[in-house]
Amino acid sequence: MKFLYAAYISTWIIHLSYAGILLRRYVRLKNEAAELKK
Amino acid sequence: MKRVFPILVVLVSAFLGYAAYQALVVAPTEQTMGNVQRIFYYHVSSAWTAFLLFTINFVASVIYLIRRNPAADAVALVSAEVGVVFCTVVLVTGPLWARPVWGIWWTWDVRLTSTLVLWLIYLSYLMLRRFSTSSQTPVLAAALAVFGALDVPLVYFSIWIFRTQHPQPVIGAGGSIDPRMMHVLLINWLAFLCLAALLCWARYHLERMRREIEETEALEALLEPRGSR
Repeated sequence: MKFLYAAYISTWIIHLSYAGILLRRYVRLKNEAAELKK
Repeated sequence: MKRVFPILVVLVSAFLGYAAYQALVVAPTEQTMGNVQRIFYYHVSSAWTAFLLFTINFVASVIYLIRRNPAADAVALVSAEVGVVFCTVVLVTGPLWARPVWGIWWTWDVRLTSTLVLWLIYLSYLMLRRFSTSSQTPVLAAALAVFGALDVPLVYFSIWIFRTQHPQPVIGAGGSIDPRMMHVLLINWLAFLCLAALLCWARYHLERMRREIEETEALEALLEPRGSR
């Protein structure tokens, strides 16, 4: 069972990490856009 | 997008939760491998999703090479990036399934090696897009994507063509699977497709934002009076 849980947990770690990267990029781009508007 | 996106995140999350419940609880236990076989639902669904995304990348790259359409270039980049994420899942869940079943984490057989090569090709594609500053980068990346896509059918059909350690296909070519397992597999694949579509949509939106910012910055630099810097 530990291999099964390891596979499912690692899948979600990979997807959530990528979602986190996208969120960080969004915040950075939003700040850049706000800077440009100034 | 701001209004619809959070609703879609909730809906896709609920669907993924339902798919995980189907895979872990509802699907019958395989007689030989036992519960560890349930990795199959994530491993195969992720592989199919990655293949689909790399195929989209190939089609978008060909369109870009023919028409020089910036939207096709953005679609190619987005599908490659999300495809690499799903291919990473395949390469992580595969050894976690192989260790208790085969007794080894990895073997250099055709299916496994060609999948690793596929992942490395698209990783190099993303590195090229990230670090090259040349105006020709999209063209070079599209050409690399066309060659990279040749590995997709090799990965997919390798278990038909070569003798490999990897299990034979469960669908088509004489393969058989319990209909209840097939049902759960299709639910999980559909859930992963929804996740991939959501990630692609979010990434495409970011790519458009980035390009708009770059264009505005370039325009400002042109309009700025000389010597004002």
